[in-house]
Amino acid sequence: MHELGIVFHIIESLEKVGKDNELEKIQSVTLELGEVSSVIDEYLGDCWRWAADKSELLNGAELKIIKLPAVTFCEGCQQTYPTVQHGRICPYCESEKTYLLKGNEINIKEIEAY
Amino acid sequence: MKEVKILEIKQSVFANNDEQAELLRKELKEKGIFLLNLMSSPGSGKTTTLTKTIEALKDEYKIGVMEADIDSDVDAITIAKTGVKSIQLHTGGMCHLDAGMTKQGLDGLQTDDVDFAILENVGNLVCPAEFDTGASKNAMILSVPEGHDKPLKYPLMFSVCDVVLVNKIDVLPYFDFDLEKCKEYVHMRNPKAEVIPICAKTGEGIDKWADWLRNQINEWRA
Repeated sequence: MHELGIVFHIIESLEKVGKDNELEKIQSVTLELGEVSSVIDEYLGDCWRWAADKSELLNGAELKIIKLPAVTFCEGCQQTYPTVQHGRICPYCESEKTYLLKGNEINIKEIEAY
Repeated sequence: MKEVKILEIKQSVFANNDEQAELLRKELKEKGIFLLNLMSSPGSGKTTTLTKTIEALKDEYKIGVMEADIDSDVDAITIAKTGVKSIQLHTGGMCHLDAGMTKQGLDGLQTDDVDFAILENVGNLVCPAEFDTGASKNAMILSVPEGHDKPLKYPLMFSVCDVVLVNKIDVLPYFDFDLEKCKEYVHMRNPKAEVIPICAKTGEGIDKWADWLRNQINEWRA
């Protein structure tokens, strides 16, 4: 269960943030998820609810997700294009020599807390 | 009512794990222990490859093996028969090992008399690539029946690997597997990755793989 592992890591990071900042409660957590980060929002949400509610600091905390677009760069024609729409073959020059520029992020952006 | 504030975190979810992995790598380097993280999809021949690797190197190094699986201990039993120290790690349903779990595994293995530790990661080409285990080097096995286009489908796995073993080359005549194309695709994702064709069943190529390991271990412990 990939999402559960991710959730455990988010919680571990936030417990540390909570301690460092002497926080009592985190009310919401905003994540940035790349379109091709291999994380499924709904599963992540389910795992989050189950695991976060077991933590005193994160009990009831809302998980907000911001999606980041995936962009691929083509070495053949030096152009970029949307990854999800076109996949790994460049739509301009049909080159296979492409790589992902961004879109696989799983970042904790910010939290609301007191 | 307490004042609610917004705290900018701006941190990758993997940051904590990456930090733990770096610490573990440093600790292993100080102790002179080389840790190999071996990854692949299920059924690619990890355990058979491992058995052959152990046979080739067990007189030169004190080997210890950690077998990670979601459940069962069949692999640990197979490895135990080679005479080296081995333990089974259960991930309890998790699809990968992280640095914390690897450290626990090493503690369980008791590495005082080990200088070459091998972690057989969970059979999966996605999640294990995302979590740095703290290993000295990462290896993966791609078997011929899986197809030469795997590097295109699982780019991250191939970009984190230092070496790719192409296993089951004895069945090459029966599959549309293009070894040259495979190398090209691997190098597209990772120009520095070494590609070594092997057949764990017949032992073909194992000497070259053992040489690669010897070089890496000696460099690590220099």
